[in-house]
Amino acid sequence: MSGGHGPAKSGTRTYTKKMRVWRGDASGGAIQDFEVEVNPGEVVLDIIHRLQATQAGDLAVRWNCKAGKCGSCSAEINGKPRLMCLTRMGDYAEDEMVTVTPMRTFPVIRDLVTDVSFNYEKAASIPHFAPKAREKDGTYRMQQIDVERSQEFRKCIECFLCNNVCHVIRDHEDNKQHFAGPRFLMRIAELDMHPLDTANRKDFAKEEFGLGYCNITKCCTEVCPEGIHITDNALIPLKERVVDKKYDPLTWLGSKIGRRPSEGEERDR
Amino acid sequence: MTQVHEYDVVVMGAGGAGLRAAIEAHNAGAKVAVVCKSLLGKAHTVMAEGGIAAAMGNLYPDDNWKVHFRDTMRGGKMLNHYRMAELHAKEAPDRVRELEEWGALFDRTKDGLISQRDFGGHRYARLAHVGDRTGLELIRTLQQQTVKLGIDVYMEHTVTKLLTAPDGSVNGAFGYRRVDGEFVAWQAPSVVLASGGVGKAYIVTSNSWEYTGDGHSLALSVGGSLVNMEFLQFHPTGMVWPISVKGILVTESVRGDGGVLLNSEGRRFMYDYIPDFFKKETSESEAEGDRWYEDKKNNRRPAELLPRDEVARAINAEVKAGRGSPHGGVFLDIANRRSEEFIKKRLPSMYHQFMELAGVDITKEPMEVGPTCHYVMGGVEVDPDSQAAVVEGLYAAGEVSGGMHGSNRLGGNSLSDLLVFGKRAGEHAAARAASAQRTALTSDQIAAAEADALAPFEKGGENPYTVWHELQGAMQELVGIIRNGEEVKQALGTIERLKTKRLTAEGGRAFNPGWHLALDMRNMLRVSECIAKAALEREESRGGHTRDEFPAADPTWGQTNLICTLNDDNSITLTRKPLPQMPDDLKQVIEEGAHS
Repeated sequence: MSGGHGPAKSGTRTYTKKMRVWRGDASGGAIQDFEVEVNPGEVVLDIIHRLQATQAGDLAVRWNCKAGKCGSCSAEINGKPRLMCLTRMGDYAEDEMVTVTPMRTFPVIRDLVTDVSFNYEKAASIPHFAPKAREKDGTYRMQQIDVERSQEFRKCIECFLCNNVCHVIRDHEDNKQHFAGPRFLMRIAELDMHPLDTANRKDFAKEEFGLGYCNITKCCTEVCPEGIHITDNALIPLKERVVDKKYDPLTWLGSKIGRRPSEGEERDR
Repeated sequence: MTQVHEYDVVVMGAGGAGLRAAIEAHNAGAKVAVVCKSLLGKAHTVMAEGGIAAAMGNLYPDDNWKVHFRDTMRGGKMLNHYRMAELHAKEAPDRVRELEEWGALFDRTKDGLISQRDFGGHRYARLAHVGDRTGLELIRTLQQQTVKLGIDVYMEHTVTKLLTAPDGSVNGAFGYRRVDGEFVAWQAPSVVLASGGVGKAYIVTSNSWEYTGDGHSLALSVGGSLVNMEFLQFHPTGMVWPISVKGILVTESVRGDGGVLLNSEGRRFMYDYIPDFFKKETSESEAEGDRWYEDKKNNRRPAELLPRDEVARAINAEVKAGRGSPHGGVFLDIANRRSEEFIKKRLPSMYHQFMELAGVDITKEPMEVGPTCHYVMGGVEVDPDSQAAVVEGLYAAGEVSGGMHGSNRLGGNSLSDLLVFGKRAGEHAAARAASAQRTALTSDQIAAAEADALAPFEKGGENPYTVWHELQGAMQELVGIIRNGEEVKQALGTIERLKTKRLTAEGGRAFNPGWHLALDMRNMLRVSECIAKAALEREESRGGHTRDEFPAADPTWGQTNLICTLNDDNSITLTRKPLPQMPDDLKQVIEEGAHS
């Protein structure tokens, strides 16, 4: 479980709450104050919807599933990057101010909606999945244990909170050109560990996606609503593999003559 | 100023059906645009949990297309279009296997093949899956393939109008870009509708904001027809508490993996609700049902795995009889049936969902669940082989199309439907585009569409949210799981009244949800009228349509489809049409199964 919140702390009655929501567009904006009804069990997204229906019909917000499965309603709640659908109002005291602002790393379009095209551009630039041929009987045979490593990364719902929180691009706009963020370095790790994939993206990870910029502060892992171990299971192993590939002539020779060292061997070296 | 783009095929929707159609049309050489209301990868397919039904026989070699075909037809109470059910059962395995070539990583059997899980109404373990997040795997795989092929995707664009040439054929689509409200038109000889369902006309629903019946409504507006709109699937297990998550889906895999339904007395009540139609294939005792998970040859499936319509009605009846859970549902228990490790491994999303949203640990305590509006079986009437609608150049695939599932859809048959018929729609849409006469869009067509889309900015109308909530209340209360004629008439009265209201959006054109809703309301009202009129007309109970006054299935109605078309005055006309007749070889498949 991520986010570290268990059963609701408060939220057993209906009350009127003071909320703040950032409103504006690319040309500027400001925090706006609201007073709004809150009912037991509600999440921040419910409150945003109530504001739309009763006080601000044009309040812009993205959402789809409202169940933590699609990754659309990313925002910053009291400064913390979260999904609005998984943040319960009961986690805040009744008199505690709750402030909702758009993700900071991406340019604002309107209100809580940001321009996340950076992410789609990086995704499109990754050398594509390149599967090996099927077995003679027309199937692909893979063991569960071998698919599980990549499966963990395929749990990603592309909420882009990891990229939003990563200081490499959060605080340095210029780095966006050279760094793809945890989401897409993890995608490279996913393809690298995919039992059927044949392509080599190690140089790409380093030279195009800026793997070296990552200094494993684990901020991405902390905000992941899916609880994916982005740093430990994707980024660090990817760094190790890239180093091995680039500097270890034995590994290079092994790959050329068709003998691939097992995972353990590579790590232990 | 409207930007105009030219394509061969325009696909409306980027869920499983839309992306599969786009991939196929692209591979056939067509220039393809995908137009979708959300960002790529967020479509409602992402919410599908259980799996993709396909008779691959990886765990049970006795499984084959004939068994799947029979299960599907019986699950739909024989009202399915037989040809769609046949194509679906035959082609689903190949559609699943090709996903692996595009990067999908399904859970595996011990032999390293794609694993398959049990689900309601399916005789064998048949659903290819990834834990309980199969829809995410499907959408991401198709999304990545779409990107690989370089297909143009117009994200966050909403189609408000289909455009037609003087001969009545489709020649394009018109819509707005959500981000800035600017208008866009796509000229194309083929348009594929893949817009999903209609659930947002109800309060308690598993559906996302996109499910406003756009494709259904647009098809009607250009002369298309809808078939059997009275059949709505209320998924038996949605969350019921906290109130804000009421309706969010709890996957059928919980029952497929051993979970049972209990009433407030602790009784496995589904054994009290086994209909004669399914007696032969359902276990007689809890003990037999429990043995079935390990030994399917000598035991029959548990009553909890009856088709969804049966389970939803049973839950409804238990709650009405006063044997419900504290928050108006029943209990779904897997904690006392399976180990913590098993539950976390097989149902990670459910564990996460209940822990985060309800503070309930499903490995230690039962869930509270109740029916939620989940899926519309009715939809655009199409040719079963090509998915072509009656309007030249218009195609429909996935939930927006009708016929495949009859009066009730089996779990797992939706994701396979998307793939099988998405592919077919893409193929045929591309083929038509290759030979069709091109008719350019005219400035008159575009000007009319612009004026129509801007109407909600005229002041003085009503708040679209208020009107929407009134419609939802009427549909929820009066055209729900159990219907009676008087109540449905009352709902139709409300719909008539709401149709006359002018809606006004506050604010400007940039990313304005109030404006978007005002436009979506036209579609929701139109499909709600179809559902209510058809529900009033069909005086029987079958699958996802139950009439209080007519509790039994009627053999004459069992041979009748109800067709909706739109009149010039924006009202709906119903026509009865005979059910297409199954050829003898398929009849034999159904009968053989009954004896084995």
